[in-house]
Amino acid sequence: MIDRKNLGLLILILVVSAAVAILNPRFLSPVNLSNTANLIGLFGIFAIAQAFVIISGGIELSSGSVIALLGVIFVDLVGNNVLSPATATLLVLALGALIGVLHGVLIARVGLQPFVVTLCGLLIYRGVARYYTEDATAGFAFGASFPTLEWLTTGRILGLPNSLVAMLVIAGVTGVLLHRSVFGRVLLATGRNPDGARYSGVNTQAVLITAYTLCAVLTAIAAIYLAMYTRSISPASHGNFYELYAIAAAVLGGCSLRGGEGSILGVVLGTVLLQVLQNLVNLLGIPSSLNFAVMGSVIILGVLADNWLLQRRAARTATV
Amino acid sequence: MTAFLRLSGIHKRFGPVAALSGVDLAVGPGEVLGLVGENGAGKSTLMRIIGGVHAPSEGRIEIDGVEVDRLTVPRAIAAGIAFVHQELSNFDNLTVAENIFLGRMPTRGGPLRLVDTRALNADADVLLTRLGATFAGDTPLSRLSLAQMQLAEIAKALSLNARLVIMDEPTSSLTATETERLLTVVDSLRASGVSIIFITHRLSEIEWLADRVTVLRDGRHVADLERDDVTAPVMIRHMIGRDLKSVYTPPVAPPGAPVLQVTGLRTPRYPDRPVDLTVRRGEILGLAGLIGAGRTELAETIFGLTPALGGEVVLDGAPVRLTTPRQAIAQGVFLVPEDRKAHGLILDFPITQNISLPSLGQLARRGLVDRRAETVLAERQKAALDLRASNLDLPASALSGGNQQKVVLARWLALSPRVILFDEPTRGVDVGAKAEIYRLMRALSDEGVGVLMISSDMEEVIGVSDRVIVMHEGRIAGSLTRDQLSEHAILSLAVGQPENARHA
Repeated sequence: MIDRKNLGLLILILVVSAAVAILNPRFLSPVNLSNTANLIGLFGIFAIAQAFVIISGGIELSSGSVIALLGVIFVDLVGNNVLSPATATLLVLALGALIGVLHGVLIARVGLQPFVVTLCGLLIYRGVARYYTEDATAGFAFGASFPTLEWLTTGRILGLPNSLVAMLVIAGVTGVLLHRSVFGRVLLATGRNPDGARYSGVNTQAVLITAYTLCAVLTAIAAIYLAMYTRSISPASHGNFYELYAIAAAVLGGCSLRGGEGSILGVVLGTVLLQVLQNLVNLLGIPSSLNFAVMGSVIILGVLADNWLLQRRAARTATV
Repeated sequence: MTAFLRLSGIHKRFGPVAALSGVDLAVGPGEVLGLVGENGAGKSTLMRIIGGVHAPSEGRIEIDGVEVDRLTVPRAIAAGIAFVHQELSNFDNLTVAENIFLGRMPTRGGPLRLVDTRALNADADVLLTRLGATFAGDTPLSRLSLAQMQLAEIAKALSLNARLVIMDEPTSSLTATETERLLTVVDSLRASGVSIIFITHRLSEIEWLADRVTVLRDGRHVADLERDDVTAPVMIRHMIGRDLKSVYTPPVAPPGAPVLQVTGLRTPRYPDRPVDLTVRRGEILGLAGLIGAGRTELAETIFGLTPALGGEVVLDGAPVRLTTPRQAIAQGVFLVPEDRKAHGLILDFPITQNISLPSLGQLARRGLVDRRAETVLAERQKAALDLRASNLDLPASALSGGNQQKVVLARWLALSPRVILFDEPTRGVDVGAKAEIYRLMRALSDEGVGVLMISSDMEEVIGVSDRVIVMHEGRIAGSLTRDQLSEHAILSLAVGQPENARHA
């Protein structure tokens, strides 16, 4: 089942891709496709994470810093053979969960604003990440090899990069969670009308804390994939602006910042569109400094078009 | 004497509903006019017409004997009509002086238009001194008590050279001493030639203060009382006397054992006024009172939305702790809230999902919503409640008020109710749906569900309840059995005048 909004997004992706492919056939080259697919996988994971918080009516600004902090911790522990990859993974996921619970409690129980809490998170985790490595780049020693971990994160199944496979698996699971489960339903209700949800017996505090925790755990997974993709992490710049990519993908994918609205499919399509646009900038010889400008323009045009379509539909139903 | 303001033959219709039909009102300079009437008698609508917010559908407005063609808000202000509001519309991030002179502050620095703070505060202090205020103009508004904020509002009115000050329930949240001080201020305003329209449910204040009283009932002008006739019993006699259509259906069986017993329950709104009440099986208990008497707060505390400061809730003889709506719902205690759109529904969710929201736990298997069971439930409730919707996938916002209320009911009846608290169950509901909702309430009660109905609609209270308790300022003022029920008895208790009422 695909709704009108996602269909529009899909058509836009196909049109832009076709145009790029015609202008520069290298777009369809196996190397480029595989590269783009990998990036879609990496970015998709933390965009889906962000979507849960946006649907709850909040925002998570610390994603990029969490990716940097958990990334350096992971690379350090695994690269220096302090922990096995499996144990390090569990530890990083647990740290992610801890961060999410902390954000959720501060927002839902203490009643602080999501923007403020997660903005402080953005500053704190970035600072801690830089302190952790004393601002040095964390990386694996030359020749270090972790075959299972590397296959899981940067390997391929049937030619598809495993980052994309992981993202698709996560999208499938979270899609069921959001659109079919009791939790998804009460999350949508809480995001749209917290009072109404409370009067209906929903434990809205628990719902919000779960949303932030889920977001942070998924972001931790993305942090491991990104760490294994870059293999070396400079804590001052790794993951910079990633929270904004994630918010952009979620908004493009139909999540409303008012909360209570959005679909996982939409977020995935939003991520795809953003990566295709990035690819377009590279392949069409547009100065890469314009990268953000292109992305911003497309998002604002998309939102305007959506707004216009909504108004037109409202006007039509009003006259009926 | 020429009246400062004279309204004659004012009609106001909102669509097919007549809010005012043929109201006359006049107030002279230096006169305090009391305006009384039950909830919904049309007082607020009338005041909005005087303020220029609503244009009357028909009728004549004269100021200083000259007919005003179209009274708009700016024209009303220019003519010297000022409001001291029931809900204060102030900016608590600014100082008192800034609030008084907002948009009219003295400036200095020529084109820079800097605020001349010194002149501003001095101007404010002159007004505040005149009113006997004990705070200065540079005090942040957030530091004032409610009574002080009201003085600031009056100062604002004076700064606009007000010739008529309209006070809508100005004393409803004040203590006795604060009230006394405010009445003295009103008295001194009158002495300086300002006209006052004073709206209150506290008839003793009107007795003390008013030169004349105008009584409204059902949007009609029923009486003008001169000073000597201004007594609580006379006012009450005029306020009541509506033709009440009886819709009463008696219960099938006499009331049985108590379902819900509340003892000593204290709410944050009235922390020092414990409330006791009992709802028995098979009866509809009406909870009457004026707006602000603490009825909604009582229901919300029983439902676990606001924490009780003390007291006990007993269900079917067993004490229960209801500290969250979740716990209340698990015990079968449900609330049909007053504000349907904000609290009762998730307005732009499909009807089906609105109905299933509290039942999701039962409808789920391993955490996933069984959508077939959900649809079956919604369809069943639609048929049971005769919900008029072409399609249950439509958002609840697409429904009429009556059908929205049925959706709220449908979600609770899908569970097993023991007690349902209805808060203004038919507000904004058309006549046909009203009768259906009353029938449902009776059917529930006959099935043994405890029904508590909060209502400000006299017709509803008398027409539906088997027994009525009346709240007055946080306290249960009295209880009336079916044969004691009369508009007069309820209103007397609601305004806190039971003695006067008995002798009237």
